[in-house]
Amino acid sequence: MTRNGDSAVRLVGARKAYGDVVAVDGVDLEIEADEFFTMLGPSGSGKTTCLRLIAGFERPDGGRVELAGRDVTGLPPHERDVNTVFQDYALFPHMSVGENVAYGLKVKRIGGDERRRRVAEALAMVRLTGYEDRRPAQLSGGQRQRVALARALVNRPRVLLLDEPLGALDLKLRQQMQQELRTLQQEVRITFVYVTHDQEEALTMSDRLAVFNDGRIEQVGEPAEVYEHPVNEFVAGFVGVSNIVEREGRRFTIRPEKVRILDDVDASDGLRVEGGQIRDVAYIGAVTRYIVDLDGGGEIQVVRQNLEMSSQEALEQRGRRVRVGWRGEHAYAIPGSQQQPEEEL
Amino acid sequence: MLHLSNGTRWALRIGTAITLTFIYVPLIVIAIYAFNDSRSQSWPIEGLTLDWFDKALHNPGVRDALWTSLKAGLGATAIAILLGTLAAMAVARHRFFGRDTISFLVVLPIALPGIVTGMALNATFTQVLGVDLTLFTVIVGHATFCIVVVYNNAVARLRRTGTSLEEAANDLGAGPWRTFRDVTFPQMRTALVAGALLAFALSFDEIIVTTFTAGSEQTLPIWIFTNYSRPNQLPIVNVVGLMLIVLSIIPVYLANRLSQDPIGAPGATAGAGAAARG
Repeated sequence: MTRNGDSAVRLVGARKAYGDVVAVDGVDLEIEADEFFTMLGPSGSGKTTCLRLIAGFERPDGGRVELAGRDVTGLPPHERDVNTVFQDYALFPHMSVGENVAYGLKVKRIGGDERRRRVAEALAMVRLTGYEDRRPAQLSGGQRQRVALARALVNRPRVLLLDEPLGALDLKLRQQMQQELRTLQQEVRITFVYVTHDQEEALTMSDRLAVFNDGRIEQVGEPAEVYEHPVNEFVAGFVGVSNIVEREGRRFTIRPEKVRILDDVDASDGLRVEGGQIRDVAYIGAVTRYIVDLDGGGEIQVVRQNLEMSSQEALEQRGRRVRVGWRGEHAYAIPGSQQQPEEEL
Repeated sequence: MLHLSNGTRWALRIGTAITLTFIYVPLIVIAIYAFNDSRSQSWPIEGLTLDWFDKALHNPGVRDALWTSLKAGLGATAIAILLGTLAAMAVARHRFFGRDTISFLVVLPIALPGIVTGMALNATFTQVLGVDLTLFTVIVGHATFCIVVVYNNAVARLRRTGTSLEEAANDLGAGPWRTFRDVTFPQMRTALVAGALLAFALSFDEIIVTTFTAGSEQTLPIWIFTNYSRPNQLPIVNVVGLMLIVLSIIPVYLANRLSQDPIGAPGATAGAGAAARG
């Protein structure tokens, strides 16, 4: 990810409203070439609209869209060097799989042997060799998803846009496709712009991600950075589960897995320790989740691996008084949190 | 499934039977009279013959009227497909000022009394434009309500298929015209054929607007109307009536079938409703 040269995608002050509803409210964004970039956010946060602005399906009310340094704000979708994998796949039902994949090449008048070769390559890439003559209706959801991917990638676009492409798949297939997409992106070296509301997906797949909320970007960064150092409560709460504890007028976020319930014998060196009482216990297979009411005010969620503890033992913890501790660097002060009370006034 | 008491169920059955009887018994009577052995019409008929079919097919008046009706139906349908599709694309695929109003105005002719449409067209053709009443004016007159059924079918299909396929084609490099040809049109094809069949059926048995716009042209319904009161023509009229029934039912039946195919649209039901106008 070199910083020299132009970004693959750049949004400058992009704004889009539908009637009174402002979907995208002044977004600035730079996506580097060959990057796997994820736009993460709840539904209605503006991430899909941003994707549609990049694809050209929507014109911004204000601001600019640039692709590889070129202003494409006024260009229609068919004149932009991007391709999209749609949430509902949007495969042409009246064409075979082969015709679907070949469509982009046909429109660009790439004919004969080259077209056949590239279609075959693209289908091989998504492991659908031999499916050329099937109709989309004869395929499973996962297969349709892969056809959509092949249909986009066969054009070798500079940027591939993916609009919640795994949303319709079941969990197992989803996880498998996450792997495949990531591997594929590294093979083809195409910039991927990936829209999802699934924070786990965003964390596992992306080189960088942007967290959207209410038409704006709250934070952009690498997954670990965003997870460990959320810039505000929204990001802390949306990307993973987070505890917010207020101490001395400042708000801190602490991830549940970073908090330890200390036994009497445990050393508390270098830990910040507080007393509290376990209010609730949820046994979730591999881990147990505890909610602890802190004596110093507020509550904290603790996730603990069930290394030796049985479910019975875990559930018996309810109501017990405990000490909880965490390392200082894991309690991350939310920037600007001191202004929080003023904003709430 | 809704649970009905025995009494209600029987009431519904009887109601349905009465309705179907009212609709179809008179049609069956016409069909039977077409095979009537005797020149005079009385019930029950005395014997069966196919003579009247032969006579009807060789009657120059019938042949001319049939030909005129076919030309009028095909002409009106052609105009309806072109304009109905364009209007449907505009309303279903573009946002513009007054879109809902236009959508309403396109559909309105189906609700207007035919006699008013007829008067209005007659006045416009003869007095304002100063055109003679010919086959052309019949076609234009029929097109006013034929457009509605094509439009209704096309709009319903366009709304149901949504825009994502078109966006996908755009995204893959196809411009507006290419997208229409490769994606939009194939998606609406069956809906257009269904709309066209209904439009043709509407035109083929239309008489009110035709009366005002035909001048000296005789369509099949007008030929029936003028000959029905002539006793010596009556057997042939019955045959022509049967022909009209068959030629109107076939397109409506086909249109219904087309609307039930896998990518069929529910729009044809709106069209079939409109067909009741006749």
